[in-house]
Amino acid sequence: MALLQISEPGLSAAPHQHRLAVGIDLGTTNSLVATVRSSMPVVLPDEQGRALLPSVVYYPAEDKALVGFEAVPMQAKEPQDTLVSVKRFMGRGLKDIQTEHLPYRFVDAPGMVQFKLKCGQKSPVEVSADILRNLRERAEASLGGELVGAVITVPAYFDDAQRQATKDAARLAGLNVLRLLNEPTAAAIAYGLDNASEGTFVVYDLGGGTFDVSILRLTRGVFEVVATSGDSALGGDDFDHRIYCWLLEQAGLSQLGGRDSRLLQQKAREAKEALTDKLSTQIAAVLEDGSPINVELTQQTYFDLTRHLVDKTLMPVRKALKDAGLSTDQIDGVVMVGGSTRMPHVQHAVAQYFDKPPLNNLDPDKVVALGAAIQANVLAGNKSGDEWLLLDVIPLSLGLETMGGLVEKIIPRNSTIPTARAQEFTTFKDGQTAMRVHVLQGERELVKDCRSLATFDLKGIPPMAAGAARIRVTFQVDADGLLSVTAMEMTSGVQSSVVVKPAYGLTDDEITRMLKSSIEHAQDDMAARRLSEATVDATRLIEATQAALAEDGDALLDADERGIIDQALQQLSAAIAAQDEARIRQASDEASRVTDEFASRRMDASIRKALSGQKLSELG
Amino acid sequence: MNTNFFELFHLPQSYAVDLQQLDSAYRDVQSQVHPDRFAMASEAERRVAMQWATLANEAYQALKKPLARAEYLLKLGGVDPELESNTSMPVDFLMAQMEWREELAEAVSSKSVPALSGLSSRLQSEMNAMLSRLGSTIDQEQDLAAAALLVRKLKFLHKLDEEIENALDAIG
Repeated sequence: MALLQISEPGLSAAPHQHRLAVGIDLGTTNSLVATVRSSMPVVLPDEQGRALLPSVVYYPAEDKALVGFEAVPMQAKEPQDTLVSVKRFMGRGLKDIQTEHLPYRFVDAPGMVQFKLKCGQKSPVEVSADILRNLRERAEASLGGELVGAVITVPAYFDDAQRQATKDAARLAGLNVLRLLNEPTAAAIAYGLDNASEGTFVVYDLGGGTFDVSILRLTRGVFEVVATSGDSALGGDDFDHRIYCWLLEQAGLSQLGGRDSRLLQQKAREAKEALTDKLSTQIAAVLEDGSPINVELTQQTYFDLTRHLVDKTLMPVRKALKDAGLSTDQIDGVVMVGGSTRMPHVQHAVAQYFDKPPLNNLDPDKVVALGAAIQANVLAGNKSGDEWLLLDVIPLSLGLETMGGLVEKIIPRNSTIPTARAQEFTTFKDGQTAMRVHVLQGERELVKDCRSLATFDLKGIPPMAAGAARIRVTFQVDADGLLSVTAMEMTSGVQSSVVVKPAYGLTDDEITRMLKSSIEHAQDDMAARRLSEATVDATRLIEATQAALAEDGDALLDADERGIIDQALQQLSAAIAAQDEARIRQASDEASRVTDEFASRRMDASIRKALSGQKLSELG
Repeated sequence: MNTNFFELFHLPQSYAVDLQQLDSAYRDVQSQVHPDRFAMASEAERRVAMQWATLANEAYQALKKPLARAEYLLKLGGVDPELESNTSMPVDFLMAQMEWREELAEAVSSKSVPALSGLSSRLQSEMNAMLSRLGSTIDQEQDLAAAALLVRKLKFLHKLDEEIENALDAIG
């Protein structure tokens, strides 16, 4: 439907119903879904009134997976088949993760690890999709209709592979992703709109498995991320783990079986939570062999055990401030996000560092989902009274491998997205006809210290003397922070490009197939409805195209181009008349394809008109 | 898209730029073209929006920092500052460079933060003086060839400044 919904830039389309859109916080420990109802963001609870969904999935040998609270008790019973904190493995290879102390049977798959389960093999993307599907169903039941889309939050410090994996999981769960939104930015939206603030704010986001810090400037309806930093493998889990190791030491234990290990990790987490407002807590458990554990952990001992983790969070804070060119006294407020920021010594350390008490009047567990819901509502076109704009950045530099295993940075970290940058390279040898383009993400100088995102070959370079070819490599990062790369030999025009797909390689086709098969299973008797939907969509497409042609057809199209579009529309009308669903869809796709360029030109003309209409006096 | 960045932001084409006006114009353009304004539109429309938003970001970066702005004005004026190829510099500038570098090497080997900071602040004031000369060279004298030499010199100093920053980080 290439031609639907054309409107003046900055204005929403024709009046419409309230579109159902949600924000989802896909967390390491817990996940949430929220929406905007009567212009207030609210978290949608499950049927029992619980807002949080534990990010835990249990896979039985045959039956349907259990997600959330039902899966939690299975951790101790069947640790190998009960996946927790799966977010830590998104977009990660086996070599990236610490597997000791984890009960899972990892499989080293290309690009991303997989888990060997009784029911077969699953990737972290599929496990995340099961969590997201659960939340989608919760939202649709609660809102009473299909969602037009969702904003999914990701840690700001997620790299391209982790973002792509998250987007794939959402699509696999049948969600239309309106935007991947950085978690600290989502929190800032929730806070900013709540308090109508202006100024420069730091968002300190310590979640279950990731730590993020973002610095944002709020000016008259614009949220501008100035700098972001973090550690995508540091979170509440690490605090649990310190208690767990301490427990083993206290009890004189070394190697534990999967179940005992899970049990003690759970006890460690409970102890941590208890120490938020108690000075000491008792940890009691009985191991599989019947031996009891009963020890007391004081708050002070716990603080001493984990102080280095708190200090570790301050390093990215320093780095972000430096990148932003700001000192702590220029910060107007510090927003605390993530359940782990409830810990008193974290609160204290942040207050001391910034010399002001942090803001925590919103529930740190919910604030990210609420912000995402507000953004989803705006993106879905449900116009709220005050419009605002979000300008986010990429967290890590993007570059290319050059001679000698070095990385040449093309797009520096903290560049505002969307962004594009091109750089020219040349051949190294006489008569070289191909060039390998190796795309990397990270701040270090050596290839081996950065994350490899993709490799592709530019072939068919005409043979020339070394250094004579001019190869222009263009990086484009979209508003979700996802990268695509194009390489072109300038003297001959030979071109090659990739959208940087994670190496685990779920292609669009594969996702579509997996989605289709799941939908087809459920809805075998839906043929009639599908035909009727296809007819409605196709009719709308014809009407919209004809309206657009009447308006701009003469100005923007030559006779040949016009002829191709007219013919495609005739084909589509014929298909509708024949009431053949497959033919209608095919003809619709074809009509969309041939009108794509026309739609682009109309959009471009419309933007040019809007921009040239600006007067300086209106800009102030 | 061959858009003049100054025209995009409705600013006069000159080295002197009202930064507040630039910020405000940038936000205004982004709020018209950003893909988030078209999240529910067709793929073709979202693609065009992304291209415009990318252009707006590029334009903003090119005009925000004085040195980048000067480079862009040279480009508009058809003058190539030959940053890669032309390394010939007046002798007195090269002598001064050598002195800076000797001082830097000494400060680094003695790991002296005060020496590095002092060097950095003197370099800053030298760069600021050169930037204001760059302004009058472009805006008043309209001598782009002379401006190109200043840009090349500033690039040298900029690099030196980065090295001082890195040295401070390493000690820091």
